[in-house]
Amino acid sequence: MKREDMHYSKEHEWVALEGDIATIGITHYAQEQLGEITYLELPEVGDTFDKMARVGTIESVKTVSDLFTPVGGEIVELNPAVMDRIGGEENADFHPENLNKDPYGEGWILKIKISSPDDMSDLLSYKDYMAMIGEDA
Amino acid sequence: MKYTPHTEADIAAMLSFLEKSSLHDLFADIPCDALCNKEMKLPPPLAEMEVRKRCEELAGKNVKYSSSFLGAGSYRHFIPSAVKTITSRSEFYTAYTPYQAEASQGTLQAIFEFQSFMCLLTGMEVANASLYDGSTAVAEAATLAMGETRRKKLIVSQSLHPEYREVLSTYLGTGERAEIVPLPHKDGTVDIESLKSLVDKTTAAVIVQNPNFFGALEPVQEIAAIAKSAGAISVLAVAEPYSLGLLKAPGKLGIDIVVGECQSFGIPRGFGGPLLGFMATQGRYMRRIPGRLCGKTVDKDGQEGFVLTLQAREQHIRRDKASSNICSNEALCALAATVHLSLIGRKGLREVAEQNIKKAHYAAEKISGIKGFSRKFKSPFFNEFVIQCPHDASRLIAELDGKGIAAGVDLGRLYPDMKDCLLVCVTEMTAREEMDRLAGALSELSAPAVV
Amino acid sequence: MLIFEKSSPGRTGYSLPKLDVPDAPLADLMPGDMIDEEGKPLPEVSELDVVRHYTKLSQKNFSVDSHFYPLGSCTMKYNPKINEDMAALPGFAELHPYQSEGSVQGALELLHQLERFFCELTAMDRFTLQPAAGAHGELTALMMTKAYFNHRKEKRSIILVPDSAHGTNPASAAMAGFSVVQVKSNDKGNVDLADLERLLTDDVACLMMTNPNTLGLFEVDILKISEMVHGKGSLLYYDGANLNATLGKVRPGDMGFDIMHINPHKTFSTPHGGGGPGAGPVGARGELVKFLPVPLVNYDESKKSYSLHFDEPLSIGRMRAFYGNFLVLVKAFTYIISLGREGLLDVAHLSVLNANYLMKALSKSFHLPYDRTCMHEFVLSIKDWKSEGIHTLDVAKRLLDYGFHAPTIYFPLIVEEAMMIEPTETESKEMLDDFVQALICIREEILSEPAVVHDAPHKMPVKRLDDVVAARKPVLRWDPNA
Repeated sequence: MKREDMHYSKEHEWVALEGDIATIGITHYAQEQLGEITYLELPEVGDTFDKMARVGTIESVKTVSDLFTPVGGEIVELNPAVMDRIGGEENADFHPENLNKDPYGEGWILKIKISSPDDMSDLLSYKDYMAMIGEDA
Repeated sequence: MKYTPHTEADIAAMLSFLEKSSLHDLFADIPCDALCNKEMKLPPPLAEMEVRKRCEELAGKNVKYSSSFLGAGSYRHFIPSAVKTITSRSEFYTAYTPYQAEASQGTLQAIFEFQSFMCLLTGMEVANASLYDGSTAVAEAATLAMGETRRKKLIVSQSLHPEYREVLSTYLGTGERAEIVPLPHKDGTVDIESLKSLVDKTTAAVIVQNPNFFGALEPVQEIAAIAKSAGAISVLAVAEPYSLGLLKAPGKLGIDIVVGECQSFGIPRGFGGPLLGFMATQGRYMRRIPGRLCGKTVDKDGQEGFVLTLQAREQHIRRDKASSNICSNEALCALAATVHLSLIGRKGLREVAEQNIKKAHYAAEKISGIKGFSRKFKSPFFNEFVIQCPHDASRLIAELDGKGIAAGVDLGRLYPDMKDCLLVCVTEMTAREEMDRLAGALSELSAPAVV
Repeated sequence: MLIFEKSSPGRTGYSLPKLDVPDAPLADLMPGDMIDEEGKPLPEVSELDVVRHYTKLSQKNFSVDSHFYPLGSCTMKYNPKINEDMAALPGFAELHPYQSEGSVQGALELLHQLERFFCELTAMDRFTLQPAAGAHGELTALMMTKAYFNHRKEKRSIILVPDSAHGTNPASAAMAGFSVVQVKSNDKGNVDLADLERLLTDDVACLMMTNPNTLGLFEVDILKISEMVHGKGSLLYYDGANLNATLGKVRPGDMGFDIMHINPHKTFSTPHGGGGPGAGPVGARGELVKFLPVPLVNYDESKKSYSLHFDEPLSIGRMRAFYGNFLVLVKAFTYIISLGREGLLDVAHLSVLNANYLMKALSKSFHLPYDRTCMHEFVLSIKDWKSEGIHTLDVAKRLLDYGFHAPTIYFPLIVEEAMMIEPTETESKEMLDDFVQALICIREEILSEPAVVHDAPHKMPVKRLDDVVAARKPVLRWDPNA
């Protein structure tokens, strides 16, 4: 999905909704603020959350930031490239730098099956998000 | 003695530069009338030789027993001179925490080596740069287990050092944080049947010590398996790490987390501190480990170097969400242990451990051969054992104290039903004559108390 | 090269006397299945290998004995050598904690005296010397706070912490089971009284503060703050990290603090050791004394003897095994009796003099977020140089090339591109002038050849280290199987 068609939260996350599955990641602005991303603490597939619940954290060398879900629902998929361990074993293809290099593509974090389409209405459009961070769309 | 360099001229020049007329002017911000210069009862300054005299006087009021059978979490082991040579290098002991890695490669590599030694001894994949001591390490492990499993029940062996259990209780025993369930011992070791009935799907951790407080060897592999079967985390506390010279590495026996005390490795008993706590875990707990971690990396030119890493877990970044609040640890003690273990090496670890167990068994046999004295427990032991005495251990200890012998620890102080029990520790430092003398003194006292 | 990589099978660095008791096979002494037949793969090296290896490592370090460390909030003052010798006296070092009380009267007397000194210097009623570090002391004090309110049957769940606070403050509060709320600082760098007023509800257990605060500024409204906090029945906690600024001149108890901790490895000259051991004595006044961890050291006037006192029904219990980092406390004791009354009073005067001198000397070249007399430390900001692509980290690394350990950077969090500088009272005017010169040179470099600052350090045993890869792919030990 193109950036212009995505929706955004005030916490600098993007949401790409297709059917009832929302893919979530962090924005370019967010990754710039965080610096080099080193690790993500993630929920498990099957966990359910309300809108704006804290689902994990994103760590960089010098800081740690909460990860929220802008929409409520059930986690259905996690991006294996952002998990340092899979099934209890070290993941050789762990690439947290994807969040820095390609935040809207390879840097996607999780997919959530949304429980209420109304949650989308509180989110910002691309234009409004860019205005919020003080940049022209 | 003063350590400030300021002469009158220096002070005058600096005050002039600051356009202030007196040092007190610098404190103008302070509501001084209310607060400053209250009467304080403090002694006058002393010259260095007077300081030395005063300290030597205080040190002289303490008894250094030539014959000591005290263990219980603080051990008399031989410390090679070279340990002190290294730890008294001021490049090590007056260095700061290695946050500026490029200026601290000595400290950092030493920490990396300490972490490595802990992993080699315990068979684990990750170890941190140290914790305060064995007792707080147990509390940190319990916290980790509760966070990891999201459960609250802690099954705690009653043969775990009483002070470790007290600290665990202080940290987690009040309020709703955790449910601490005591696991009784049977003949000096964990009651396995009890453990099986207590462990369930609400158990966060099973916490045992090996060798335990009584010196006895616990069935570690079995305990680990029982914990695992319920999805609980097994935590093994090691207060006497020389035992690892003979025992299999806990990490290879299915234990999830090993914590404990490394005072045995190059650190003087020092009336109980500073000590050297450690935590070593299976790889999967790496991100949850409290305390500092040193990692290997490269510099701009590709040269190998070391840095503190995974700092996002720690208090200075994560603040109220940190895995622990620990900041200062026992770094210099960890250096002492690292140097000590390097000197002792593979063979030395084994040989010292063998002397410990063999000498301890000699003493145990000799003492239990005296009329009225017997070994309280039948379980195998490393370098400590419990003797049942014909009367109160406290009386016995007092009598032998008069002969310059510290006979052991009075277990009646800690276990109300063991008033007649003495915990005796023997190490490679305990000469045969000492043990013979102890046995001799005990046999003189073996007449039972007059009713 | 690691010590493990220097190993050669058969080399030894130790010696043991022959076994002097009858030998026996291990299998007779312990269950066969418990025995590790292979042994642990520790390195096999000679004593010379070990001494050379660690001596060379030490030479890669900066240390107070060789370099000026203007680290704000750390008080890297000179560590007197007599301290080390006294802590090594066998009459202290070889004591077992479970020896009979009669055999450790000297040790107990030292602890008791040290406690008295701490009480005099801080206007607290009693101190526990048990905690192993400052953060451990904070945790102890907060657990006491919790116990205090539980005992009064008051439910209070919040700890207030200034936004300039050290990370251990909120971390300790969370560990003690409280939630943490931040209080804003005003534009003078002090606690914002209006914000404090707003946040001081009946749910607040305690306000944790340092005074002077982490910006090196005295909280001028401290008496008012004390009044406000106590008015709500809350407690006031003093983080002793900055005690050096007011030692002997202003006492926490007189300012209204109820409970506090001391960092002997800061204020009382015990060495930092590369990260520890330190200690974290906790002092308390009035009602709070009952909650101190046990044991305390008491003196019996009638028997003229010292003893360990355990019978305190309201005590929070034990915070660690045995009594405290005793050998570290010996060093603090040695320092205090060495300086004596006059020397201790000098500490505040001269540390504040040094800091103000340095601040004024640097004020022409660097941005000072708070332009007022500082106490023992001050903050400056490098934000003006961000446009040249230079951050505080770069300046810190370039200072290493000039032979100075960097000051504290990026703390406190409320100042952008912060550099916190604390010279301490043991540095001479000449050293301070040299440091100013170095920073001025670096500022010149930023303007004329920024790359040399950006890519610093150049003269250290290693160049700038990659902490990103260290965090993404952590290698935390030597792996014998790799």
